[in-house]
Amino acid sequence: MLTIQYFASVRETLGKTSEQINLPDDVYTVAELTEHLATRGDAWQLLLNSSLVLIAVNQSVADRSARLLGSEEVAFFPPMTGG
Amino acid sequence: MQPQTCISVQTEDFDLAAEYDSARQHSENPGAIVCFSGLVRDIAHGGGQISEQQTLTLEHYPGMTEQALVRIAEQALERWPLQFIRVIHRVGTLAPADQIVLVITTSAHRSAAFEAAEFIMDYLKTSAPFWKKQIAGNHSEWVASRESDYRAAERWSKSGQA
Repeated sequence: MLTIQYFASVRETLGKTSEQINLPDDVYTVAELTEHLATRGDAWQLLLNSSLVLIAVNQSVADRSARLLGSEEVAFFPPMTGG
Repeated sequence: MQPQTCISVQTEDFDLAAEYDSARQHSENPGAIVCFSGLVRDIAHGGGQISEQQTLTLEHYPGMTEQALVRIAEQALERWPLQFIRVIHRVGTLAPADQIVLVITTSAHRSAAFEAAEFIMDYLKTSAPFWKKQIAGNHSEWVASRESDYRAAERWSKSGQA
């Protein structure tokens, strides 16, 4: 199972904090996962925008080309604003 | 004495004097201790007037946040001859003028301590998963990331070894 977490404005826009899904058969990369999730509706198109949404795989920021095996923790969030 | 790093992400406030004493004790013959504390600004009023109703809520990504801060501290230890690094970042709901972040660096000489503290703050702002939400009355807004923060972090990768 893939664990997906959503943070801050991304969480609020999607109305979802976290979920677990099986990696779909045709999804091999982070980019393909976002395309899969974007089919859920208009709000989910947000995930395709790489300047508004950053992605972490197993708690490290990852490129959209990163490979997924199906048991990772993936997180979607806006650019960080700490400090 | 091996350089030590102490990282905390917490809702509680921190005591600068106590943290300074601790940093002093964890360092061997330190010539310089730099303490930086960041406070909550009243963003709506450009840092000028303070409105009492306004609050700032900080969300973070538990687990990743601590790892990101440790990684930043490790990079600072590789670049500067430091003896001790202390980072505290608060989360939860804060009011204007509350303490939000603390960075302490100790070294034999002040330039290393100053530079490392600035490096840690610059990287923390753009690579540790914290998000600020500003709430005033019934209006709330996520604070946008700032291009200037990214430029501040980038200059450390351009300057090479300090």
